[in-house]
Amino acid sequence: MSNPLVDMQKPDVIFCIGTNMTECHPVAATGLKKAIARGAKLIVADPRRIGLAEMSDLFLPLRVGSDTALLLGMAHVIAREGLIDEEFIKDRTTGFDEFFEHISQWTPEWAETITGVPARDIEQAAVWYGTADRGAIYYTLGITEHICGVENVQSLCNLALMTGHVGREGTGINPMRGQNNIQGAGDSGALPNNYPGFQVVTDPEHQAKFKAAYGTEVDLEKGITKVTALELCGDSIHAMLIDGENTLLSDPDREHCEHALRSLEHLVVIDIFLTETAELADVVLPATAWGETDGVCTNTERRVQRLRAAVPPAGESKPDWWIICQIAQRLGFKGFDFDEPKPIFNELCQLSPIYAGLDWERIDKSEYQWPVPHKEHPGTPRLHEETFVNGRGIFSNVHYRDPAETISEDFPVWLTTGRRLQSYHTRTQTGRAQGIDYLLSEESLEVNPTDIETWNLADGEWCKMSSARGSITIKVKATNRSPRGTVFASFSFADVPVNLLTGSGYDPITHTAELKVCPVRVEPL
Amino acid sequence: MTHKMEIDGVEVAFSEGETILEVAQRYEKEIPTLCYDPRLEPFGGCRLCIVELEGARNPVASCTTKATPGMVVRTATDTIEAYRKTLLEMVISENREVDVSPLRGYASGELTDLRDRYEIHGNPRITGATSGMSKTDENPFILRDYELCISCYRCVRVCAEQEGDHAINVMNRGFHTQITTEFDGLLKDSACTFCGQCIQTCPTGALGDKKALRAADEVADTVPDKTRTICPYCGVGCSVDVLTNNEKIVGIHPAMDGPANQGALCVKGQFAYDFVQHPDRLKTPLIRGEDGELHETTWKEALDKAAEGYRKVSAEHGRYSIYGIASGRAPSEAAYLMQKFIRAGFGSNYIDNCSRA
Repeated sequence: MSNPLVDMQKPDVIFCIGTNMTECHPVAATGLKKAIARGAKLIVADPRRIGLAEMSDLFLPLRVGSDTALLLGMAHVIAREGLIDEEFIKDRTTGFDEFFEHISQWTPEWAETITGVPARDIEQAAVWYGTADRGAIYYTLGITEHICGVENVQSLCNLALMTGHVGREGTGINPMRGQNNIQGAGDSGALPNNYPGFQVVTDPEHQAKFKAAYGTEVDLEKGITKVTALELCGDSIHAMLIDGENTLLSDPDREHCEHALRSLEHLVVIDIFLTETAELADVVLPATAWGETDGVCTNTERRVQRLRAAVPPAGESKPDWWIICQIAQRLGFKGFDFDEPKPIFNELCQLSPIYAGLDWERIDKSEYQWPVPHKEHPGTPRLHEETFVNGRGIFSNVHYRDPAETISEDFPVWLTTGRRLQSYHTRTQTGRAQGIDYLLSEESLEVNPTDIETWNLADGEWCKMSSARGSITIKVKATNRSPRGTVFASFSFADVPVNLLTGSGYDPITHTAELKVCPVRVEPL
Repeated sequence: MTHKMEIDGVEVAFSEGETILEVAQRYEKEIPTLCYDPRLEPFGGCRLCIVELEGARNPVASCTTKATPGMVVRTATDTIEAYRKTLLEMVISENREVDVSPLRGYASGELTDLRDRYEIHGNPRITGATSGMSKTDENPFILRDYELCISCYRCVRVCAEQEGDHAINVMNRGFHTQITTEFDGLLKDSACTFCGQCIQTCPTGALGDKKALRAADEVADTVPDKTRTICPYCGVGCSVDVLTNNEKIVGIHPAMDGPANQGALCVKGQFAYDFVQHPDRLKTPLIRGEDGELHETTWKEALDKAAEGYRKVSAEHGRYSIYGIASGRAPSEAAYLMQKFIRAGFGSNYIDNCSRA
């Protein structure tokens, strides 16, 4: 997030797109609810009539995968109506003239033909956001889990740059991260293109730094993403170490994924339960869980916080860092002789410019949001206040692209996937928490009541749902949350493996899977 | 702080907009309250926070009265303290019991503490019937023991103001006031999301944490230990206090001073903690045997086999044959060492985390 969570109470106009925040980030959503109670306007763009849509002043029910078209249409209106922040554009950005030219063709009427959202609503959204004093954008995986995830994010940046809604209280471009330490995993350098602190691996200066720090030769080339690695399993990838991920259930195209992991010569999985993924491993190493482990995590607003053990480890389980050190030591690798987490975190801080002012003691009170470039620095709750890290904000002349697969005679229905309030990811945790079943005991396919009739289904009965990759059976649930022609299911329940169906394509730059769009056929059993 | 006023004979500074209660609390005056939650709009319902205000005919509720320059306030005169004691006696007379398990909720001991502070013991001067009828609700999380309700409306207000859910309502008036939901039904059939905010703000335990109360017998005579940490679910990073007793997690309290959540939690953070000590947890390392099945083994054997596999693959196929996937759920030390393991160990950048799916 460019802005801190407390800023969520402060915008005049809130634009939520591709985020089911009341279910996936409920506590963050309380901030928006306070802003709305104070009089802020809420615009929600989502294919489904989610909880946020019910609270909105303007709901834009776009067709799945058409976000770029909607956002181009909004940019067109903002420019046409003269709602741009000329001073901000002049002082802080580059490429506006070309962008202005580019968007002149993408009218809201054109966007209506792609998105299905009436042009006048696109205009209204653009005018509200464009005339706001403090306009803020919030998004989640509904923006990024597309083959055009990068264009979607760039389109949101375009809107913020042309209106100057960035670098100030109650504004910004704010992605909500989905896992407790997914931000920290990236910060720590678990990425094929970045060392810790997002230092690019192809930069000779960074290479020299890590060569010196680790006392070994470093790879001069970028690595490959997990998606590519799974494709190469058995071909050029022969061994994997997976820590705390139920890849088999969480990733698209389960069959492909299972085949990939089975074709490895050597698979080691570190986890707290014998997950579907761990069941495929040659060696399974039991990790200590949350509540048993001391460490550090970083939240969606870049706040670096301490995790503290409250109870002793289950059985013989050991912290992840200890397990990795033990394997490394057996392989003769240097720099793995740690016996507590503190020096590991401090080593990360020393090597990462965004954590340079931090150490184990300083984060004790959760006070710092990165970047914290030196010990006297107070942290950075709000990014881009004076300047952008890379100089000027760049306008991107994006084009709309169709999803990897579009509906056809064989697969005439859009399936979109996501999470639900009461269950988390693949339910390894919430599925083992007493009482959660009372609220949500099984998965169901959310179908519009009219579609149920047309497709000869029955509410509460089983149906068969198929995509180009496979079929599953799932119970039907009638709800107006789903528009006609679009159905929804979560990927949380192992007995309804929705990710057998997904996996039509990937964003070519980030390799993020298009989990939000999958043409399917829904029929009675 | 630009303005000045006098509290208990001492000149104090305050800012425009502060209430007398807020100023007094800053100067460590222990003014009793029951309907006050600093996160919520002032309500002025319980009247315990009354203070003497020079020039005013009657005592005023300090939680709803804004401080103004030159005010002269006395917070604990004999008269005020006597009023407070009587008010408390009246409140207590309506309740079935005052001593409740600390597991009921974060604030559930507030009435008990005030009773002890005002030494209200033995034969009550005031007796009365209980107001509020407890509600049978099969839900596994929220106990609705309204015979302990004192109509402070904190649950109603936290649900509306803090959560924005408006699931809790009030039925009837006066002595028959009853906290309930829309149509007086079950919480599951209301707008309730089971975030647990109502049980954590309730000052008497009328709304209680059913799940934590499972351990009530074990912690009957002790106060559970608290460990401050961060919720294990989404990326918001809510601060929580884990309640433990005898090495067992018995409940969760939201951290009122948590920078990301300011006391708020959701159903997962509040109630879905018992995966940690679930019998399904992996307790020993496993290795795949000749029979193709996974078998329990020692750490030494498992780690040797793990390392041996990488040594063999690396020797046969080179550095680009090994791939590491770090967790977005484990602490940063794990992710950092995973990338170091791949980069410094094998000399490649074949490392990623689970953020692409």
